[in-house]
Amino acid sequence: MSERTHATPAGADRTDTQTGGRHVAVPRQRAGRRAKPPLSENKRAERKLGWLLCAPAALVMLAVTAYPILYSVWLSLQRFDLRFPAEREFIGLQNYVTVLTNEFWWTAFGVTMLITVVTVAVELVLGMGLALVMHRTLVGRGIVRTAALIPYGIVTVVAAFSWRYAWTPGTGYLANVFSDGAPLTERASSLAIIMLAEIWKTTPFMALLLMAGLALVPEDLLKAASTDGATAWQRFTKVMLPVMKPAILVALLFRTLDAFRVFDNIYVLTAGANETSSVSMIAYNNLIRGLNLGIGSTMSVLIFITVAIIAFVFVKLFGTAAPGSDDGERR
Amino acid sequence: MADIVLDKVSKKFPDGTTAVRDVDLEIADGEFVILVGPSGCGKSTTLNMIAGLEDISSGELRIGGQRVNDKAPRDRDIAMVFQSYALYPNMTVRENMAFPLRLAKLDRDTITQKVDEAAKVLELTSLLDRRPANLSGGQRQRVAMGRAIVRQPKAFLMDEPLSNLDAKLRVQMRTVVSRLQKQLGTTTVYVTHDQTEAMTLGDRVVIMRGGAVQQVGPPQELYDHPGNLFVAGFIGSPSMNFLPATVDEGRLRTALGDLPIGDRIRRELEGVDAPRELILGIRPEHFEDAELIDEETRRRGIEFEAPVDIVESMGSDKYVYLTVEGERASAAELEELAADAGAGDFTGAGSHLVTRLSAESTVTEGENRRVWFNLEKIHLFDPSNGRNLTLHEGRSAGALAD
Repeated sequence: MSERTHATPAGADRTDTQTGGRHVAVPRQRAGRRAKPPLSENKRAERKLGWLLCAPAALVMLAVTAYPILYSVWLSLQRFDLRFPAEREFIGLQNYVTVLTNEFWWTAFGVTMLITVVTVAVELVLGMGLALVMHRTLVGRGIVRTAALIPYGIVTVVAAFSWRYAWTPGTGYLANVFSDGAPLTERASSLAIIMLAEIWKTTPFMALLLMAGLALVPEDLLKAASTDGATAWQRFTKVMLPVMKPAILVALLFRTLDAFRVFDNIYVLTAGANETSSVSMIAYNNLIRGLNLGIGSTMSVLIFITVAIIAFVFVKLFGTAAPGSDDGERR
Repeated sequence: MADIVLDKVSKKFPDGTTAVRDVDLEIADGEFVILVGPSGCGKSTTLNMIAGLEDISSGELRIGGQRVNDKAPRDRDIAMVFQSYALYPNMTVRENMAFPLRLAKLDRDTITQKVDEAAKVLELTSLLDRRPANLSGGQRQRVAMGRAIVRQPKAFLMDEPLSNLDAKLRVQMRTVVSRLQKQLGTTTVYVTHDQTEAMTLGDRVVIMRGGAVQQVGPPQELYDHPGNLFVAGFIGSPSMNFLPATVDEGRLRTALGDLPIGDRIRRELEGVDAPRELILGIRPEHFEDAELIDEETRRRGIEFEAPVDIVESMGSDKYVYLTVEGERASAAELEELAADAGAGDFTGAGSHLVTRLSAESTVTEGENRRVWFNLEKIHLFDPSNGRNLTLHEGRSAGALAD
């Protein structure tokens, strides 16, 4: 994402300079792609100012994002266990081989994928329902929206603790609803509870993003569809969904990236017991608890790569998603 | 094909406002009816109720003799064209036009054939594979029309379909709409706020104000015989001139001089509760340069002299703005019309007359000019309720009639 935001000012700057020298009065949007005339003194100064204005933000980004990423890549190429600092050495991709052939990694990866796919899918459906409710409500709109957003406002760890106590036999009101045992001590029920907590927590966020998309569907379009003979369901699937597809993709992207890094709920609810660790969990266990900087960093880098792939796929989808790319002319 | 009957149809919104009040209207099969009025007059709400997009609070709506109050829009078999065109952005022109047919579960060949047919009528054939975003305003408008005609509905409902087009294209599309309607013979209800569109398009025009119908009739009849002050002021461009007039000793005292009145009007004004203050209405074309009038015509009217403010030469004739001493005519209707025209807060001193004189007139700005106007064509209105006093059995007969 940061790459895209960086590209915009630079691109705008370029169109500016292309036409600027010849025709100062031409508004930016109209400026077509013409042969590059030499830059005027004025334009050059403006361009320089543009770079200077961007520089602080760019430097901060480099310091807090690029450096840690590069440093962890560097660490991942070394044998570096703080318990045996003397054995530190450069070993190339050996750590990656170790991690990618390890059963625990793949179990965690599977768990993470399962949590990601299930929670995002369920959240999409529930979030859409919630968004429709919030969008359509005529009375008490403010109250409905506030109530729906409460779970999102609670700190994840706090919410996770409340879920943990709720499912703990003896203290919890939910512990014995489905069985007599302790649900958080078995793998299937633990995973279900983790996913439930995730869904409960982030559905409002999904709904919020989708509601923004709903607001983009013109009222007339739905009216036209109803006079054209569409039922409510057909209006939803054939008119609303296609029009709000970009908003849906944004919501899915945000949530998928988020869900893949699931940590807090697992940490509090099961601490990764019974093979419920996510990739973030085992990276944390290796890096912070196990003090194995090499293996831990390798896992972090792998998570980073996976997230990057997910983002890339979604961004690719965006490209073809814009329906007829509605360019403001209509509105 | 069907007739549409509105029987005391009203619309009350939950917040207590009444948008439409007891509208009675019978639209014959194949008729082209225009609903016109200033913004907020309830014309769009009325259309939406016919379409089924708004619930009817009271009264009955019948399409083709069948009560449809509680039917969903999809079961009413009507097609609607919107001001925003409301084309589905994710579908091509072909898919847009095929959408209602696909929903009606027609088979593929029939759909293709019908869409091609409609596209041919509207000259859209070369655009069928484009998306709405790549079309111009006029083309989008035609696609919206195509989507309406493609399934041969009982009625077309059009909600200001030309308002988003530029002036030239609007005139062009007006003829397209008119021709299409004649060709298909489908009952059409057309909403507009533009009185020119209303005058040129419809078989009959319904003028609405504040949720109530003011007058219904063919355009020419509304123009010649307006039932009240509002209709008189709304129809016509430039609009009718209004001046205050006082009844005094069997004559009308106005800023243009004392006017004689005929027996019929005198009788009308003799009642105890008859108004003493009236509003005089004269259309711009009923003025003429006094130099260009023959004796025969001169006797039918009266002359006055006034300073010429502005002369606009239109080629075929001249619009001459005269300054007249005295107050402006005031009535609730006139204020509403002025507000709708965006001139509500624009009040110069004295009042102006807009006159439409022959092109041969040698009138020049700044001079004092003698101008004649036709007494047989003037209207007198009661300012308290806006009623046209010169109207007799639906015909307006001027002030001199016996």
